Amino acid sequence: MTSPVLALEGVTKSFGPIEILHGVDFALHPGEVHALIGENGAGKSTTMKILAGYLDPTGGQVTFDGKPIRFAGSDEAEDRGIIMIHQEFNLAEHLSVDQNVFLGRELRRGPFLDHKSMRARTAELLSQLECRVDPATPVNQLSVPDKQMVEIAKALSRKARVLIMDEPTAVLTGRETEVLFRQIERLRAEGVAILYTSHKLGEVKRIADRVTVLRDGTMIRSDRTTDVTEDDMAAAMVGRELSDLFPAKVGGGADAILEVGGVSVPGVVEGASLSLRKGEVLGIGGLVGSGRTELAEAIAGLRPRSGTVRLKGQELPPNQVAHAMRAGLAYLTEDRKGAGLLLDKTLRENLTLPLLETFGRPLIDRGREEAALDRAIDDFAIRAPERGMAVGDLSGGNQQKLLLAKTLLSDPEVVIIDEPTRGIDIGTKQQIYTLIAKLAAEGRSIIVISSEMPELIGLAGRVIVMHAGRIAGELAGDAVTEGNIVRLAMGMDDNKEDSAA
Amino acid sequence: MSTATLQQTRRPKINLAVIAPIVALVVLVLIGIAMNPNFLSFANITNVLARSAFIGIIAIGMTFVITAGGLDLSVGSMAAFVAGLMILVMNLLTENMGGGLPVILIGVALALFAGLAAGFINGILITRAGIEAFILTLGTMGIYRSLVTWLADGGTLSLGYEMRELYRPVYYGGIMGISWPIIVFAALAILGEIVMRHTAFGRHCAAIGSNEKVARYSSVAVLRVRLMTYVMLGLLVGIAVVMYVPRLGSASATTGLLWELEAIAAVIIGGTLLKGGFGRVWGTVVGVLILSLIGNLLNLTDFVSPYLNGAIQGVVIILAVVLQRNTGTAR
Repeated sequence: MTSPVLALEGVTKSFGPIEILHGVDFALHPGEVHALIGENGAGKSTTMKILAGYLDPTGGQVTFDGKPIRFAGSDEAEDRGIIMIHQEFNLAEHLSVDQNVFLGRELRRGPFLDHKSMRARTAELLSQLECRVDPATPVNQLSVPDKQMVEIAKALSRKARVLIMDEPTAVLTGRETEVLFRQIERLRAEGVAILYTSHKLGEVKRIADRVTVLRDGTMIRSDRTTDVTEDDMAAAMVGRELSDLFPAKVGGGADAILEVGGVSVPGVVEGASLSLRKGEVLGIGGLVGSGRTELAEAIAGLRPRSGTVRLKGQELPPNQVAHAMRAGLAYLTEDRKGAGLLLDKTLRENLTLPLLETFGRPLIDRGREEAALDRAIDDFAIRAPERGMAVGDLSGGNQQKLLLAKTLLSDPEVVIIDEPTRGIDIGTKQQIYTLIAKLAAEGRSIIVISSEMPELIGLAGRVIVMHAGRIAGELAGDAVTEGNIVRLAMGMDDNKEDSAA
Repeated sequence: MSTATLQQTRRPKINLAVIAPIVALVVLVLIGIAMNPNFLSFANITNVLARSAFIGIIAIGMTFVITAGGLDLSVGSMAAFVAGLMILVMNLLTENMGGGLPVILIGVALALFAGLAAGFINGILITRAGIEAFILTLGTMGIYRSLVTWLADGGTLSLGYEMRELYRPVYYGGIMGISWPIIVFAALAILGEIVMRHTAFGRHCAAIGSNEKVARYSSVAVLRVRLMTYVMLGLLVGIAVVMYVPRLGSASATTGLLWELEAIAAVIIGGTLLKGGFGRVWGTVVGVLILSLIGNLLNLTDFVSPYLNGAIQGVVIILAVVLQRNTGTAR
């Protein structure tokens, strides 16, 4: 085996008095894809940030080409060819794609910028990634997967020796993931050392040569990928055997509680109709950009719309989210950080925000707020090291649990949950699945929107699939299979006509 | 000062940012005592406080606007316009129905209403027409300034002698030697602090300033809360004018000049984030006092020319923002 290009030796890291990495050994070899997996809060991000020079280790050492090194910052690491692709995009939203790709390393001709070559080079990189985006487009006009592709193009444009990818496929569709994998294989063949993290163990099994599992800041095991199964990985991450991931399904009642008739949102949703029964879990599938989220937001009163939405026979007016909430309908956003939680505020302030008026008028009763937080922490098993901490410092899984607690604070009868488990670990996933089943058993009605097929199939008794802004079809019972969902999502099923013109 | 709990939402480390304005204020007071024995005299203290009251009352409203992620550059001109309008109408009324208390009451009501309406116009254009707050209030700043110049025909609008005598006590009178502007300022500051920290409105302002989209998704009535911050600020400008007019009994094109910047500076020095999301009224009060103490100290001592007042205030403002950046958003 070749000697590692970048390695951690007995690295520890503490934030204040709390040590969160305990003596981690980790090595990246040239021409090898090394997957790092673990639950949220296991220390993956910290490990990656130490490798990429964003953080200094508290103890132990980082070695580069066999020699100990201490990076002054991520810039120095980048100069040495260590490139990190972040989960949250680091793109200048108002600049164009090519300006972003070459940001800080602009090509010049004499004193002037060489726009032509930068644009050409960007176009070349994007075509390698099979991404049909004009390099002159401003980044803020791109879809989320395209932004991810631009991030990857940016990394490819450098002479990378080590590439660190933090969940690059979290926002990509299946086809885009395939393209990314081909690029990863190409870089591996060129001798680049690649660190890859993902919550999708199937991907890890496929693309990685070696897999290392972190749990609670400790390295649990490190194996050749061929020697371990997905179940082994999951068990090592959680520290216990995962029993069946999904709880038993509950059958819904017969009465429709929510009726959506011919809802359109200009440009994104056209004539969508559906009905939700009491105590039912209804799935909505479809590709990213198929209008799923927009439909849900239109129903919840977060977007202007035409068409009717009836909750228990009462019509809900469009674009009035407070009205919908009071009537008993709540929506949990897919954009946890952008639309779900105030990252710089405390747990308490986030939890009570939608219903602040009910916590005492005119003055807020702090005691009741604290009591509500106590209850939420218990009910949703939120693990926060400190009560007064900013929500942004919580792990993704705990943020999601808090967001669920916040959404359910109004005791809604209908809950629309958009991507219930995006970017969270398998242990928390299972907790959330159990919770959804429990909500349904209590007689609440739930719509789950998800890009993850197993989630739709495992949770929902009935699945509606969207394609290009329309409802492409509905599947129920044994017809809810991955194949059927994909066929509808790709717009390949012509048997079922759209429910409305 | 209000000793409102120091245990902020942040970690203990950031206490420096919390107490920095108070430390600065204490240091200024100590310097003052050392330099001039008259500094602590009752007359000097009440004088400083009374002069701070106008900016202070406006800055309380500005705290809410900035906390909710907005800005209002028009308040200085607005104050001048409202004052001009008030004097003009009171003089007209005196001619027609003779002087007396009713005229003053109508004038006060008019000032409050005009401030409210001006704030409403700012707010409605920002929230409904979606005009950037900076640009819109830059525009209304010019409009009000020019209107007051026009009302005064380029000169000065003066309240009639009789009325002035009758109205004087509102600025010069008070309880136990503490003049009305100070009392009103203190009462409004306490009320503002309570509204900011303990009501849904205050919490909603911070939520909107922190992340408007999250607030909207949490069914906060974002536009209404935003509008309310501007209306409230307008009303407070009206109150400030009611306290200000009896002081000089006149208004001109230079009335309230640069008040908007002083109010914004006071808010920032007090620890409210300029980008919104976090605000505290007691901090603003400390900020107002710091700014006016600097001017007062320079007048009482000979070491530094009073003409350098603006320069020193500028340094303090810059220091406050640097401090905010280093501690507030540090990761």
